[in-house]
Amino acid sequence: MIEFRGVTKQYPDGTVAVGGVDLIVPPRTTTVLVGTSGSGKTTLLRMINRMVDPSQGAVLIDGTDVATVDPVRLRRSIGYVMQNSGLLPHRTVLDNVMTVPLLNGTRRQSARARAMELLETVGLDASLAQKYPAQLSGGQQQRVGVARGLAADPNILLMDEPFGAVDPLVRQELQQELRRLQRELGKTVVFVTHDIDEAFLLGDQVVLLRTGGKVVQSGTPAEFLASPADDFVSGFVGADRGRRRLRLEEVDGQRVVVDEDGRPAGVLEP
Amino acid sequence: MNWLVQNVGLVGELLLVHLALSVPAIILSFVIAIPIGYLAHRQRWARGVLLTLCGVLYAIPSLALFIALPAITGFGIRSPLNLVVALTLYGIAVMVRTAADAFDAVSPDTRLAATAVGYSAAGRFWAVELPLAGPVLIAGLRVVIVSTVSLVTVGAVIGVQSLGSLFTDGFQRGIVAEIVTGIVATMLLALVLDALSVVAGRLLLPWARRAAPGRRSSAQPVAVEAGEPA
Repeated sequence: MIEFRGVTKQYPDGTVAVGGVDLIVPPRTTTVLVGTSGSGKTTLLRMINRMVDPSQGAVLIDGTDVATVDPVRLRRSIGYVMQNSGLLPHRTVLDNVMTVPLLNGTRRQSARARAMELLETVGLDASLAQKYPAQLSGGQQQRVGVARGLAADPNILLMDEPFGAVDPLVRQELQQELRRLQRELGKTVVFVTHDIDEAFLLGDQVVLLRTGGKVVQSGTPAEFLASPADDFVSGFVGADRGRRRLRLEEVDGQRVVVDEDGRPAGVLEP
Repeated sequence: MNWLVQNVGLVGELLLVHLALSVPAIILSFVIAIPIGYLAHRQRWARGVLLTLCGVLYAIPSLALFIALPAITGFGIRSPLNLVVALTLYGIAVMVRTAADAFDAVSPDTRLAATAVGYSAAGRFWAVELPLAGPVLIAGLRVVIVSTVSLVTVGAVIGVQSLGSLFTDGFQRGIVAEIVTGIVATMLLALVLDALSVVAGRLLLPWARRAAPGRRSSAQPVAVEAGEPA
């Protein structure tokens, strides 16, 4: 479990990135931090592995204040996946995945075996192991990024807009893969995105932040749709627009779900 | 040609002396400039000061430096060590700016990722920043090689033997072939050392060539790009 207790981040120039956040991330679930740029979602994420230290408040992992843990050791125990993969361009795919286990002192041979296994887990062909990141497509690079994040078998996986830079089709594929992985592995995932659809698709818990790093609402996707806290939330999730207001229409004896503009969204199963 | 055939022993000997003067200076300036360049890259305030100092250093006329340096180092004016120190200073002056640029060229995303996965500051320098700065560092090294090999010849004026002695001697005695031999031998030496540094770069940084945009299509099949495995 990850717990944020009254966490604030204020920079020397006075900018408040995160403004007094209290939040609990339950274990073995996916929590998605969602918000516009400047809402402090990435800052909040980076406080978990001490890439950023809060100016006030504390972040606790299983009851331990992370401020008391050596940052380098902490980071090696937490998976991290970022936008544009963040792979080391001078290392092969295999070496990239092996990075963290080797830093942790795992023997080369077992790190290698583990890395090959992980490439398969994330759906990459073993023939890619000796390629350099630049020789891979964007989607493949992100898969390697996920494999690297999982390599040390961490309990916690931090994902900072990992699918933000790939094309929509590949993004959908990666999102589905992540859901499958999460069902199999049951990690505590904290996922940052500005895409509310992605948040609803992946999140067991969704946390909506607004400029100044304040939590506007948190809850399940269904709770967001059923009872948005205010107009900002309605606007963000699209509840005030046609897209989330669905109604039924009868077409050829089928009950078709359409949005407010009459565009079909799907078919209602009996 | 006759002159060269008769004096091939002398030319060979001077070539070795020239090598012995330039190689230590090249290596020393390369090694010393890297931490200074890294400092200039990390600290905004240091950058301006260090780069300006290097500019000023390089502006000192070489003959003046050769003559003034013994007062500081205590070596004799004709001592090869004196020349090596002077050449190292010039090499540093050339190399620091390139080293700072080399570290600037490392993507901030990559640096951030290295920190995020758990590299310590030192580990990140050796395993990530230094190798990624490699291609630009090698480019700087090539400039240092050529300028150092050429500068060594100036030492002949103050009496430090090198291929440059062939110019001074040739001028004094009016032997054109000797002068030409000196020039050609100096250039060849510079070219050979330059080629060696390029080969070393390719061996040490194999990824740099493969990752270079526009080049991979010839060397590597692009099939990996076509399919996104399900």
